[in-house]
Amino acid sequence: MVFVWFWLVAIMITGYVVLDGFDLGAGILHMLIARTDQERRTVIRTVGPVWDGNEVWLIAGGGTLFFAFPLLYASGFSGFYLPLMIVLWLLIFRGIGIELRMHLDSPVWQGFFDGCFAISSFLLTIFYGAALGNVIRGVPLQKDGYFFLPLWTNWNVGPNPGVLDWYTLIAGVVALVALTIHGAHYIALKTSADLNLRARRVAQKLWPVLVAITIVSLWASLSIRPALLENYGRYPVLFIVPAGVAASLAAMLWYRRRGNDRAAFLSSSSYLVFMLVGAAAAVYPNLLVSTTEPSLNITVHNAAAGPYSLSVGLVFWGFGMALAVAYLIFVYRMFRGKVDHGEVVGQVEKLTH
Amino acid sequence: MESALNIHRLHFAFTVTFHYLFPQLTMGLAPLIVVLKTMALRTKKEIYNEAARFWGRIFGISFLMGVVTGIPMEFQFGTNWSHFSRLTGGVIGQPLVMEGVFAFFLESAFLGLFLYGEKRLSPKAHWWAAVMVFVGSWLSGFFIIVADAWMQHPVAFQRAADGSFQVISFWGLLLNPWAQLQYAHNMTGAVITGAFVMSAVGAYYLVEKKFVEYGRVFLRVGVIAGVIACILQVFPTGDLHGRYMARHQPVTTAAMEGLFKSESGAPIVILGQPDVEHQRIDNPFVVNKVLSFLIYGHTTAEVRGLNEFPKDTWPTNIPLLYFSYHIMVGLGTIFVSVMVVAAFLLWRRRLYQSRWMLWILMLCLPLPYVANTAGWMTAEIGRQPWVVYNLMRTTEGYSKYVGAGNGLFTLLGFMGLYTVLAILFLTLVQHEVARGPRPASTDAAGVLSITPSEGD
Repeated sequence: MVFVWFWLVAIMITGYVVLDGFDLGAGILHMLIARTDQERRTVIRTVGPVWDGNEVWLIAGGGTLFFAFPLLYASGFSGFYLPLMIVLWLLIFRGIGIELRMHLDSPVWQGFFDGCFAISSFLLTIFYGAALGNVIRGVPLQKDGYFFLPLWTNWNVGPNPGVLDWYTLIAGVVALVALTIHGAHYIALKTSADLNLRARRVAQKLWPVLVAITIVSLWASLSIRPALLENYGRYPVLFIVPAGVAASLAAMLWYRRRGNDRAAFLSSSSYLVFMLVGAAAAVYPNLLVSTTEPSLNITVHNAAAGPYSLSVGLVFWGFGMALAVAYLIFVYRMFRGKVDHGEVVGQVEKLTH
Repeated sequence: MESALNIHRLHFAFTVTFHYLFPQLTMGLAPLIVVLKTMALRTKKEIYNEAARFWGRIFGISFLMGVVTGIPMEFQFGTNWSHFSRLTGGVIGQPLVMEGVFAFFLESAFLGLFLYGEKRLSPKAHWWAAVMVFVGSWLSGFFIIVADAWMQHPVAFQRAADGSFQVISFWGLLLNPWAQLQYAHNMTGAVITGAFVMSAVGAYYLVEKKFVEYGRVFLRVGVIAGVIACILQVFPTGDLHGRYMARHQPVTTAAMEGLFKSESGAPIVILGQPDVEHQRIDNPFVVNKVLSFLIYGHTTAEVRGLNEFPKDTWPTNIPLLYFSYHIMVGLGTIFVSVMVVAAFLLWRRRLYQSRWMLWILMLCLPLPYVANTAGWMTAEIGRQPWVVYNLMRTTEGYSKYVGAGNGLFTLLGFMGLYTVLAILFLTLVQHEVARGPRPASTDAAGVLSITPSEGD
C-alpha cells in the first residue's frame, strides 16, 4: 500500500513537472525570443488555456502528499519554510503575469507583467531543481522528525547544509536548462514562422549544455550519496531508467534535426519523466534522508497515514484522477494546434459542430 | 515561543482572510451566471448572454486572485502548522486531496471553456460549461468546509499510538453534521456577496444612467437571489447552525453572546462591550429571555454561561469573538431588511425609479464581505484555544522550528504582496465596470490571455 502511494505521489510530481514545466520554460523564453507585442501575446496564448490546470497538479500533488505521508508533508514543508514561501510568492507573480497582461492596453502595464512572468518562471525552475537536490542530498533531521534549513550556510554539502549549496545549485541548473528546452519545444510546437525558428534555435544551442549538466549532476549525486546506487544494484532492471534518459536526449537531437516539433517535445517530456523516476527509484523507501543519523530518515513506512484511509483513498483518488485526465485531454484537444488566428478557430469548430 | 505562536496564528489569519475575499465572490457569482445563461437560453435574448459575459470577466479576475492566494493556503498547513499537519494529515488530508482531484481540475478545465470558448461552443454547451464551473467552485467549497468542520467537531476518527488521528469512516467524515450546517450557512453567505455585488453594479449603472438596460437585469437577478439568500442565511441555516453549536461548543456560544453567568431565561445582548476582567457587558442593550428561546425554543430554559467552564477552555480572545459574532448577526439582519424592501419595490415595479434604494444597494457593496469575514472569524476564534476541538490545543500545532523572525519575514512579505494584488484587483474591476457589458463583436480587445484565437 505505501509502495503504491509513493508512486502515486511521484506520478503527481512528475505530472506537474512535465506539464507546468513547459509553461515555465515558455516563461523563461518569453522575453528572450518574443520581441514584438504580437509575439509576446502569442507566447502567452500558448500557455494561457492550460497553465492553471497544470498548476492544479501541484496543488493536488501537495494534497496527495499531505494525505498519504503526513509526516513528510509536515517535516519537509516546515523545514523548507523559506524556499517554499519564496516559491509561493513567485507562483503569485507568475499567475498574474500570465493572466493580467492583456487586460490593459498600455506598454507599461504589459512590460511589468512580461517581467513578472519571465523572472518568476526563471527563479521557480531553479528553486524546483534545488528542492529535488535537497531531497537527494538529505537534511539535518532532528530526533522529533523536524528540521529547519536556512537558505544557505557555507555552500558546502555537509552535516549542516543550507537549501542552496554547490550540489543543489547544480540540480537547479539542470532544472533550468531542461525546462527551458522543454519550453522551447513547446513554443516551437505551438507557433509558426519567426517564433518557431527562434525556439528551435534555443533548443539546439542548449542541447549540448543539457547533456553536459545531466552527466555532471549524475556524477555529483553519486559522489555525495553513493547509497543511491543500492536499489539499482538490487534490481538491475532499473538501469532501464538511465538508459531512458540517454535515449530521450538522443531523441531530442534526432527529432529536432528533422524538424519534428511534436516528437522533440515528447522527447523532452520523457527526459523529465525518466530523470524523476530515476531519482524516485534511487531514494525509495526513503522520503527524506538525514544528513546526521540514518535511523532518523523519514521513510514510506514511518510517514504513512493509516491503512484505512490509504485504501479508501485509492478508490476516490483513482476515480478523481481518471476524471481529471479526461478533462485534461478534452482541454488540450480543444486548444490543440498552432496558435494562429484562423487556424485554431477552424479546428475547434470542426471539433464541436 | 509564545511570540512565534502568535506570528503563526496571524500569518494564517491574514492569508486566509484575504484569500476568502475572492472565493466568496466567485462562489456567489457562479450560480447567478448560470441563471443569466439559462435566461439567455430560454428567451434567446442576447442581452442575457452579454450580462453573463460581463460577470464572467469579473468572475475570471476574482478567480485568478482566489487561485494565487489559495495555493499558499494548501502549503501553510505544512509550513507553519507542521505538528498539526503531522497528527491530523490522515484526516484533513482527505478532503484537501479530494478538493484537488474532484473540484480544481473540473473548475480549471471548464472555466477556460466558459470564458474563452463561447464562440466555439453551441449555446447549450456553453451553458453546460457555466454549470460545471458552478459545480466545481461549490464542490471546492464543500471539501474545505469538511476539513474545517472536522476541526470544529471531530468525527469518524481514531487516534493511533503516536497520537495521530486516522479516519475510520470515509462517509462519516464527509457527512459530518457540522459540515452540512456550516456548508449551507457559508454558501448562502457567498450568494449574498454575489447578489449584493451584482445589485450594486446594477444600481450604479442606473444612477449613472449608463448601460441602463444591463443595470436593470443585474438588479432583477441580484435582488431576487439576494432576498432568497438573505432569508435562508438567517433561517434555517444560521438558526440551525447556532443551535448545533450551542449544543457542542457551549463555551463558545457563551463567549459569543457575552453571557458570563448561567441564567434561565437568558437575555440576548444586542449592543454593548464585553469587559472580560470584570465579567460583564458595558453599556448593555439587551432583550430578555430571547437567547433561551433561540437556543432551546422556550423562554425559561437555562443557558450555561462562561462561569460553568474552566478558564483554560475559554476562547482566547473573547472581545474579538463577541464583536465578530455581533457584526455578522447585525449585518445579516440589515441585509434581510434591505433585500426585502428592494424585492418589494421590484415587485411593485418601482425599484428602478427609487433612487434612494439604488443608493442604499450601491453603498451596501462592501458589507457582505465584512459579514462573511466576521462569520469566519466567529467560527475560528470561537474554536480557540483548540485547533482540533477539545482534542488538540493550538499551542501544540505550530511549527516549532520556524522561529518568530522567519515567520514575521514571510508575513510581511505576504502583506506587501497582497496589497499589490488588492490594488490590481480593484483597478481591473473598476476598469471592467467602467467599460461595462458589451456585445460579443466588440469583446475582443479586453479578453484575458487564455483565448488562443481572438484578441488582436
